[in-house]
Amino acid sequence: MHLIACPWCGPRDEAEFSYGGEAHILRPEQPDALDDAAFANYLFMRGNPKGVHAERWVHTVGCRRWFNALRSTVTHEITAIYPMGTPRPDRAP
Amino acid sequence: MKYSLLGLIKGAGNHHKDWPAAWRQPEPKPAYDVVIIGGGGHGLATAYFLAKEHGVTNVAVVEKGWIGGGNTGRNTTIVRSNYLWDESAHLYEKSLKLWEGLSQELNFNTMFSQRGVMNLAHNLHDLRELNRRVSAIRLNGIDSEFLTTEQVKAFCPIINTAPTIRYPVLGASLQRRGGTARHDAVAWGFARAADRLGVDILQNCEVTGIRREGIRVTGVETTRGFIGARKIGSVAAGHSSVIAAMAGLRLPIESHPLQALVSEPVKPVLDTVVMSGAVHVYVSQSDKGELVIGAGIDAYNSYAQRGTLQVIEEQMAALIELFPMFSRMRLMRQWAGIVDVCPDASPIMARTPVEGFYINCGWGTGGFKATPGSGWVFAHTIAQDRPHELNAAFTLERFSSGALIDEHGAAAVAH
Ligand SMILES: Cc1cc2nc3c(=O)[nH]c(=O)nc-3n(C[C@H](O)[C@H](O)[C@H](O)COP(=O)(O)OP(=O)(O)OC[C@H]3O[C@@H](n4cnc5c(N)ncnc54)[C@H](O)[C@@H]3O)c2cc1C
Ligand SMILES: [Zn+2]
Repeated sequence: MHLIACPWCGPRDEAEFSYGGEAHILRPEQPDALDDAAFANYLFMRGNPKGVHAERWVHTVGCRRWFNALRSTVTHEITAIYPMGTPRPDRAP
Repeated sequence: MKYSLLGLIKGAGNHHKDWPAAWRQPEPKPAYDVVIIGGGGHGLATAYFLAKEHGVTNVAVVEKGWIGGGNTGRNTTIVRSNYLWDESAHLYEKSLKLWEGLSQELNFNTMFSQRGVMNLAHNLHDLRELNRRVSAIRLNGIDSEFLTTEQVKAFCPIINTAPTIRYPVLGASLQRRGGTARHDAVAWGFARAADRLGVDILQNCEVTGIRREGIRVTGVETTRGFIGARKIGSVAAGHSSVIAAMAGLRLPIESHPLQALVSEPVKPVLDTVVMSGAVHVYVSQSDKGELVIGAGIDAYNSYAQRGTLQVIEEQMAALIELFPMFSRMRLMRQWAGIVDVCPDASPIMARTPVEGFYINCGWGTGGFKATPGSGWVFAHTIAQDRPHELNAAFTLERFSSGALIDEHGAAAVAH
C-alpha cells in the first residue's frame, strides 16, 4: 500500500487516488503531420521501465487535483512529487 | 525414462528414492540456433514445439530464476476458449484442443480437468452481451451455452441467486470443455519433454543484454556469460518491455501486479469455475481442497510481485456476496505476479523490426490457458520466419494499422 503525499492535502492512503499512467507524453501539436507509426508511438507505446517511473496521479476522493510523481516500480518508493507541466526533477537541466 | 504405472509400482518398491532428474542442468553452450528468453510455460512450450514439430533442437531456454517461478506458477489456472473475435477464438481453441491431449503428449500428468467455466451476468447489458458472445462463439464451432438463473443454481447450487442481492445473478454462459490444470505440472511437463529432445534449460541465468550486428541479433549477454544465438525469442511476460528495450524496441505494454489467494483446504464444495466480470471474482477449488481466488490488477505499473490490500478486500466482498457460505473461510496465502497488459487485451506474437528477434507477450491476465497454443504458433513463427495462420493477426504493426483485436470483454474479469 502506498502512502502518497498529495501536494494540497498531505499524505493520504493510496485508496484515495487514481492512477494516470506515464507522465510527460504530450499530444502532438499537429497530429495530421505524423505518420501511422509515429502516432502509434504517441498513443500506445510506453517506456514501462523497471526502476524510476515518472507518472501521473489524481487525488480522486480528496481535492481531485492532478500531479506527477517519481516512483520506483521495484520498491514502490516515491522520491518526488511535482506539478504537471514541469520537467522531470531528476532530468531537469 | 517414460513415466508409467509399472514404473510407479517399481519406484514404490524402494520408497521412490531412485527417480532420475526430470531434466538436465547443462552448462550453457557457446551458441545455439535459437535462444528463448523466459522459462515460463510459454517459453518452454515454444522450445518443445521447435524441437518436436520443426526439428530445431539446438535450443536453449534461458530463465533468470527457476522455471515456472513467474506467472506460470502464480496464476489461477483457468483454461477456456470463449473469446469473441474470430482471430482469438481460433487461437484459444487450438490451445484448448492441445490441452485435451497434453498429458499424453508430454507423458506428464497436467491434471487438466474439464469441469466447466461459467461466466455470470448481473444486469441487462451483461445478459445481452453474454448472449451475443455465446452466439459468436458457437458460430466459430466452439462449445458454449446460455444458462438461466435456475440453471445456474442447478449447475452450481452454492451460488446465491437471490434476486435481492446488489448484483443478482441473471444468467450465465457456460463452456463445459473449459476448466483448470496444474500450473507447475505444465512447466515441468514441457521442460522434461523439451529436455528429452535436446533442449538445454538454463536456470539462474538472467539475460542482461542483447547483442546486435547492424539490425541482426547475434546473441544474449547473461549472468552466466555471452550466449550466441541466430534467433532469439522473448517470452518474458511482465518483463517483456525490459527485454524489448535491450533490443532497442518500445512495446505497447505496461506491467501491473495481479494478485491471487488461496483458502484453507476444505471438502469438495465447488466443482466448476465461476467468474463474474461485474462484481469481479473468479474462483475454483483445487484438488487439494483450497479455494483458488483471483483478484483484479493493481492500477499502477510495478515489477514488485506484490499488490495492495484494498484490491483483495474488494475481491473478498464480491466473493462473499456470491457465496455467503465462504464468509468464515480462512485465507492461507496471497501473492502477485507481474502481468504484461496490452491496450487491446490481446497478445503480440510476432517478428520485430530487429532481424532474428521475435516477441511473444501481452498475454496480460489471461495467458495460462494459451500456453500450448502460444508455444505452437510461436515455434512456427521462429522456425519458419513467418507467422502461423493462427497468429498472423497478432502483430506489433496492428497498433499503427489500427487492426486491433479488442478482447476486453473476454478478459473483463482478469484471469
Ligand atoms: C494472479 C494471476 C492469475 C492468473 N490467472 C490466470 C488464469 O486463471 N487463466 C489464464 O489463462 N491466465 C492467468 N494468468 C495469466 C498467466 O499466468 C500468464 O499470462 C502466463 O503465465 C504467461 O506465461 P509465460 O510463460 O510467458 O510467463 P511466466 O511464467 O511469467 O514466464 C516468464 C519468465 O521470464 C523470466 N524472465 C524475465 N526476465 C528475464 C530475463 N531478463 N532473463 C531471463 N529470464 C527472464 C521470468 O523469470 C519468468 O519465469 C494469471 C496471472 C496471474 C499473475
Ligand atoms: Zn489532494
